[in-house]
Amino acid sequence: MRERRAALEHRRAQEFEAFVAGAAGRLLHTATLLTAEPSGGPAPAAEELLTSALARTYASWDRLRGEDPYDRTRQELAGHFARTAWRHRRPRGGLLDRLTPQERLVLVLRLYEGVAEEQTAAQLGLPAERVHALCLHAIAELRSTGHGAGPPPAAAGTGAVAS
Amino acid sequence: MLDGPHPFVPPDLALRAAARGRRLLLRRRRLERAGWLLLFLAAVAFTCWAVTQQPWMPPPTRTTPPLEGW
Repeated sequence: MRERRAALEHRRAQEFEAFVAGAAGRLLHTATLLTAEPSGGPAPAAEELLTSALARTYASWDRLRGEDPYDRTRQELAGHFARTAWRHRRPRGGLLDRLTPQERLVLVLRLYEGVAEEQTAAQLGLPAERVHALCLHAIAELRSTGHGAGPPPAAAGTGAVAS
Repeated sequence: MLDGPHPFVPPDLALRAAARGRRLLLRRRRLERAGWLLLFLAAVAFTCWAVTQQPWMPPPTRTTPPLEGW
């Protein structure tokens, strides 16, 4: 019994390590976008966010039953970020630091992770229309404050709302 | 625009996350076990109470029935 449990534990640890080796880069980038820490430098808040999400994934590893561990970790990450959003309100100099934490979360889930609108809404407990509006607003805001790449503010704002 | 280069992942991230996950799992298991133990104890206590008190029996009458015809 004890040996079997040890073997199970060992296998879980190995599978988990392989998963993290493959997915950590992308997940850490997602977390860095969420916490709006500058990319390239150290991102302690994003690392902490990711570590806690991964720990939760590890704890439910035996009960995933065919669910993709990446999806699960992303869910944990989004949920944890949504619960602790007030910690990330201060701008940190990252790419999305002009947006509110909620706008960042919606934008990253929809555009970077490519999660469907309904799924995002269900995950965050918001109506789908609200998610849509948040996403549009975030895009308009990004374009208007622009990092030099976007078209002029007025045109971008109306364009995003009309589309 | 969101697709920047991936940041550097600290090499011990997986180990730290796994250690934390293991602690989480242990805590969950302990909580689960404590919950079952509590349930079991409650069931035992209820059985003892029911066997000794027998609450389904009617309470003994306080008043004696009227005495007639003697």
